[in-house]
Amino acid sequence: MKKTYINGVGCISTQKTFDTVFLEEAVYNQNDTILSIVAPVYKDFITPAAIRRMAKGVKNGIVASALALKDAQLENVDAIITGTGLGCIEDSEKFLKNILDNNEEFLTPTSFIQSTHNTVGAQIALSLQCKGYNFTYVNGAVSFESALLDAKMQIEENGANSVLVGGIDENGEYTTSLFKLMGRIKQDGNQPYDVLNPTSTGAVFGEGASFFVLENEKKDTSYAQVLDVEIKNTLEENEIEGEIITFLNANNLQISDIDAVVLGLDGNITFDSYYKNLTENAFAKTPQLYYKHLSGEYDTASAFALWMAAKVIKTQEIPEIIKVNSVEKPTYNTILLYNQLNGKNHSFTLLSK
Amino acid sequence: MKGVAITGMGIISSIGNSVEENFISLIENKVAITRIENISTVHVDVIKVGEIKKTNAELIEELELSEDNNFSRTAMIGAFAAKQAVQNAGITSINEFRTGLISATSVGGMDMTEKHYYNYFKDPELVKYISCHDGGDVAEKIAEELGLKGMVTTISTACSSAANSIMLGARLIKNGKLDRVIVGGTDALAKFTINGFKTLMILSDDYNKPFDNNRKGLNLGEAAAYLVLESDEIVEKQNKKVLARVSGYGNANDAFHQTASSENGDGAYLAMKKAFEVSGLKPSDIDYINVHGTATPNNDLSEGRALLRIYGDEKVPDFSSTKPFTGHTLAAAAAIEAVYSVLAIQNNVVYPNLNFETPMEEFDLEPQTATKMKNIEHVLSNSFGFGGNCSTLIFSKSE
Repeated sequence: MKKTYINGVGCISTQKTFDTVFLEEAVYNQNDTILSIVAPVYKDFITPAAIRRMAKGVKNGIVASALALKDAQLENVDAIITGTGLGCIEDSEKFLKNILDNNEEFLTPTSFIQSTHNTVGAQIALSLQCKGYNFTYVNGAVSFESALLDAKMQIEENGANSVLVGGIDENGEYTTSLFKLMGRIKQDGNQPYDVLNPTSTGAVFGEGASFFVLENEKKDTSYAQVLDVEIKNTLEENEIEGEIITFLNANNLQISDIDAVVLGLDGNITFDSYYKNLTENAFAKTPQLYYKHLSGEYDTASAFALWMAAKVIKTQEIPEIIKVNSVEKPTYNTILLYNQLNGKNHSFTLLSK
Repeated sequence: MKGVAITGMGIISSIGNSVEENFISLIENKVAITRIENISTVHVDVIKVGEIKKTNAELIEELELSEDNNFSRTAMIGAFAAKQAVQNAGITSINEFRTGLISATSVGGMDMTEKHYYNYFKDPELVKYISCHDGGDVAEKIAEELGLKGMVTTISTACSSAANSIMLGARLIKNGKLDRVIVGGTDALAKFTINGFKTLMILSDDYNKPFDNNRKGLNLGEAAAYLVLESDEIVEKQNKKVLARVSGYGNANDAFHQTASSENGDGAYLAMKKAFEVSGLKPSDIDYINVHGTATPNNDLSEGRALLRIYGDEKVPDFSSTKPFTGHTLAAAAAIEAVYSVLAIQNNVVYPNLNFETPMEEFDLEPQTATKMKNIEHVLSNSFGFGGNCSTLIFSKSE
């Protein structure tokens, strides 16, 4: 069976994750409840006319995928697979508001078209003229892992030699106000928002686009190998450790083989224990990393985590700002990522050098 | 190749609340394209739709949902069809094997979002509906109703979504990642989609006429359908009845335009070509094609050209679009048409392409217009979506 390697990455996030080495300019913002992306210079990648027309998610997806392709020194790929929680939500908001405010009259199709969840994958295909396999997953916190699992299967089935896989989400003003109302986003006025020592429910929200070129060939420039991906809809808190051990065993590994574990800690006091049980017990002697204090919480934030983990394996360095504990290892060759949201949509991703 | 076993099916559409009811409607020409009743819209006197004539209150009662539930209509009809499918497959212990759910939707909970959008800040009782907007919430609800704890995900590639969920499910079984998977899709009618398609000017004010020279566009519909796919190990171990098999699948991108199909149907051609490669079948092995056939000027021309390219000098087999019966049910379309394809194989029947009168002037291609009984071994089903997303499935009789 063919193996799957990460050979290129591109990340647009709420931090400077392009034109930088590795999070050396990262900022841990504990005052805002909603974080916005650090925008790239779009005109370096997209024509001015298209910039005006395109949704934020589409623009970020196009730039992040272009960065990943450039990094992998590829012009095109055999398949494009994306994950997104809410798609281009700003356009959904716009079209819906126009319907409601104008009593279903005077509507134009642009925002309706862009509100379709597969818009980003489709626009990348259009710009690359890529006629291959093109899927989009929309399933909350496992949207990106679904895409990653599919991409890995495409490579194993010999369906594709190279796959562009990415996770994209954007903030929409009205939607984030609704998320505050329902408690998904933290209330204002409870600063500082400390992700490791949370005092309130909800999370600080973010947005971003992270893309990866996966290939069936290991190169000198490869970041890491994607060993395995697993998705579980429902797990009780006390089942997680067992699930991880089973998952590792299936890959002939044990907890002691893991050089670092990347956790989706998001500062939500209600669900913090899903991770705390692991950090305090099974992985107490393992270097622990976190990222949502930098990326913010969003459905495809775990794609930012994959970007981070791939960078750690390639550079063999862990920036201070992402360390949960002070445990160190001489090398970082095998990394486990675990994420969940509100006790649902658990994902386990295993990378190796 | 043998293909992945289908062991159960469930469906709800405008032409019936069960597999049996849908089949009777198909062979007795019982069309269900009507004026819209469950949604208030200014277009009520202009458009015709394939609407499920059950109110949300009726669905809640039939599903026995609690009073404080926050199901969108999409989730309600999805759960309705998925439960039928699981029951039809004779599954009593859902987590007994590695069982997954791959759902599909394009609107998700938009029906609730558009109803309550500005009232969320005024009425605390409505706040529970905010989270059901999310496309993944639909699969979440269905999984909960089924008690399914394993892999759950959702595909959203517009009108090809359910074809892609069936494709992924088949691959997960073939690759040994799952033993059993419930696949399909669901989409309820919503003002959002009605107005979206209206602005694109592809809604017909009349009954849709696929592959007719005077076709004026599509009728929207709502539906949900799910199929149960199982590994051969389980089929053998439990001596399961196999309804038919998923023998081929292919997805390709037209890479032409965000909403329009290319003139030569490149994406459609490539999707069919891949499906033949996977199945090991030849185009001439196909006995019936359930075309995408939305009755928009653009789709039928592009799809027709792709069919002619695939068949070359050979005759295109009997084909029909079932959308005159049900309307275009978007992310559910490929799932209900998968059920119809399996029924065609089981009952050896080609459904009529209703409303067809005048052949298209661009090519010599006429759909089957009357119900036709004949032996059917293999059915090809096409589904195409926005973003150039083109998918083909091939269903085969199980030996």
